[in-house]
Amino acid sequence: MTTSIKQLPDIEQVLSGNGACGGCPATMGLRVVGKALGSNAIMLLTPSCAVASMGMTPKLGYNWPCINICFASAGSSASGITHAVEIMQEKGRLQGELPTVFTWTGDGGTYDIGFQALSAAAERNDNIIHFCYNNEAYSNTGVQRSGATPRGCFTTTTPTGKRQPKKNLALLMLEHNIPYVATANVAYPGDLYDKVVKAKNTPGTKYIEILAPCYLGWQFDMSETVQMSRAAVRCGAWLLWEAENGKINFNNPSARIISGKKAAEPVDEYLMNQGRFNRLLKGPDATQRIAEIQGDIDREIAFMRERAKITV
Amino acid sequence: MKAAQVTMETGAHAAALAVKSARVDVVPGYPITPQTSIMEAVAEMVENGELHARFIPVEGEHSAMAAAVAASAAGARVFTATSANGLLYMHEVLHMASGGRLPVVMCNVNRGIFAPWTLWADHQDSMAQRDTGWIQYHCSSNQEVFNTILQAFRVAEQINIPVMVNFDGFTISHCLMPLTVPPQEEIDRFLPPHEPEWRLDPAHPSSFSNVTNAPEYAPFRQMLSDDIMAAIPLVKQAAQEYKDITGMWDGDTIDTYRLEDAEVVAFAVNSMAAELRLSVDILREQGIKAGLLRPRLYLPFPAEDIINALPQNAQVMVLDRNYNFGHPGGILAAELKSVLFGRRNDITVKNRVMGIGGIDLTRRFMADEIRAMMDD
Ligand SMILES: Cc1ncc(C[n+]2csc(CCOP(=O)(O)OP(=O)(O)O)c2C)c(N)n1
Ligand code: SF4
Ligand SMILES: [Mg+2]
Repeated sequence: MTTSIKQLPDIEQVLSGNGACGGCPATMGLRVVGKALGSNAIMLLTPSCAVASMGMTPKLGYNWPCINICFASAGSSASGITHAVEIMQEKGRLQGELPTVFTWTGDGGTYDIGFQALSAAAERNDNIIHFCYNNEAYSNTGVQRSGATPRGCFTTTTPTGKRQPKKNLALLMLEHNIPYVATANVAYPGDLYDKVVKAKNTPGTKYIEILAPCYLGWQFDMSETVQMSRAAVRCGAWLLWEAENGKINFNNPSARIISGKKAAEPVDEYLMNQGRFNRLLKGPDATQRIAEIQGDIDREIAFMRERAKITV
Repeated sequence: MKAAQVTMETGAHAAALAVKSARVDVVPGYPITPQTSIMEAVAEMVENGELHARFIPVEGEHSAMAAAVAASAAGARVFTATSANGLLYMHEVLHMASGGRLPVVMCNVNRGIFAPWTLWADHQDSMAQRDTGWIQYHCSSNQEVFNTILQAFRVAEQINIPVMVNFDGFTISHCLMPLTVPPQEEIDRFLPPHEPEWRLDPAHPSSFSNVTNAPEYAPFRQMLSDDIMAAIPLVKQAAQEYKDITGMWDGDTIDTYRLEDAEVVAFAVNSMAAELRLSVDILREQGIKAGLLRPRLYLPFPAEDIINALPQNAQVMVLDRNYNFGHPGGILAAELKSVLFGRRNDITVKNRVMGIGGIDLTRRFMADEIRAMMDD
């Protein structure tokens, strides 16, 4: 049974008074992550909205020891810390339960500049949790494209809409043979909470990616973050799944879409509720380009359905 | 008390033995010629239990330094090593190490940099990192490499500034020389366990390297600039105490040879400076009053010690194994002139660049060059 929102622990690791936008999906996600991890953890951040939100020196809005590291370095720096605390414990210089070492990183710091170091940390299976809060763009620098930006999407570096589909990074991480991979979404906090608890209790490299619809980049009203997150799942643009030791399981409502019990909603309404597809929707070739986006989603659903059948 | 052990070792292996003697906790590493043998030796020591540490086989040098700084912030004693393009690839993270005040110690095995490719020694790689806020030693023998790594950890951990220990590829890294390894209890007396004032600790949540406004940023930078200068007395103290405990001495900020009455002073770093002692002897035989001043510490540049050591009216022949692009000649000459200006107007500085990409620097060649420079 999925934990319900009412059952989440009271502990708050995201303190009031941080610098995030109202309705920030990344901060909402982090709040749930904090409830699952508790206070015995060390947090690494790469340049991103999460850094811009954490409070300026000497203040800090996250209740963990936090280290800001170079943009390309989430994987390697997290490895450095996890090895450091493990060896210091072995040598008797640290007592008590080892802290969870986790990165809190955007899609830029995960899909793009950070991918090499992350891939290597996963291949070494170092004991870390890598979180990617995926707002499908570089929000902090004013909304530029990333490898997670979907096809057709306007960003300041894709002024006529991105021409390429996004990559499936969670699946790429799964192919590193790490013990735990999951996707999540801020509209399903209980599901996210359960996944973080599993990751915390699993040794080795864990990867959790959280879809984070950002009102600024996606251009919708900041009060609608949760509705937008839910809409992404309902149309199949975002699939909720987890893989323990390589075996993929879909979580509802994505499980129903994958099994065919419930059809995914057509993508049109999801696109129309956001400003970032406006130019495309108003263009002369709108029908064809919406069909391309729908095609990407359909292909991904079909592919993941088949991929999940491989259990060797 | 156990006696010191003397064995024949390469410079690279001497470095690895120093890492073991320093009881390092974490070593992230990535291979590059001619540094690779250090990493191989450390990996082997960790694997066979000789060194109780973690070796992290990262996927590149940016990650090597990124793992190093983070492990250091977590409170561990950290070492890594690199050369040439590996060092350049680390550049961004070198700034994080110094700005973050993390006492990482790294060997850079000097090698010329790409393009075009060369495997052989010159000093462009380390000197190109001049403004990264690291302390830099340059060593002239295998024994000095060993001794300096231990001194480097001590100085780094005293003032929370990372230290780069440089020595020449192949000439030092791959050549055998006798190496004295002092008994472990002597080393433990010299280098106490690392007890950082601050580390990433869930019992004390605080931010590290967070965003600042100018009123906080500027004082951080000023402090680094002041503190790196404050390394000079600590470098001297470390050299002296190392000598008191182990009996070994390589100089402190500078190392000199037949300098007191010299009229012609050779000025150079690394292995060529060891060879230059022999050039000095040749020149002396030829009736030229030659001497040597080797900055063992390149950064902070030991200005006062150099100013005080140079004999009256000396001609200083700076032999640079690097280019100061955009200026004629090399980097050391420019550094030296800037500290002498207005302080020692009696001194003449002359400069040649040589030994680039590993061109052999023999005693005779350098003696001839110095003699020729007298007419420059
Ligand atoms: C090496 C380096 N290159 C570029 C930047 C500039 N930069 C800062 S944040 C950022 C984008 C971050 O995007 P993402 O990781 O998706 O996080 P978000 O801003 O969306 O939260 C960029 C390009 C940097 N800080 N460091
Ligand atoms: S721009 Fe988006 S991701 Fe960044 S703080 Fe605002 S809502 Fe959050
Ligand atoms: Mg982003």
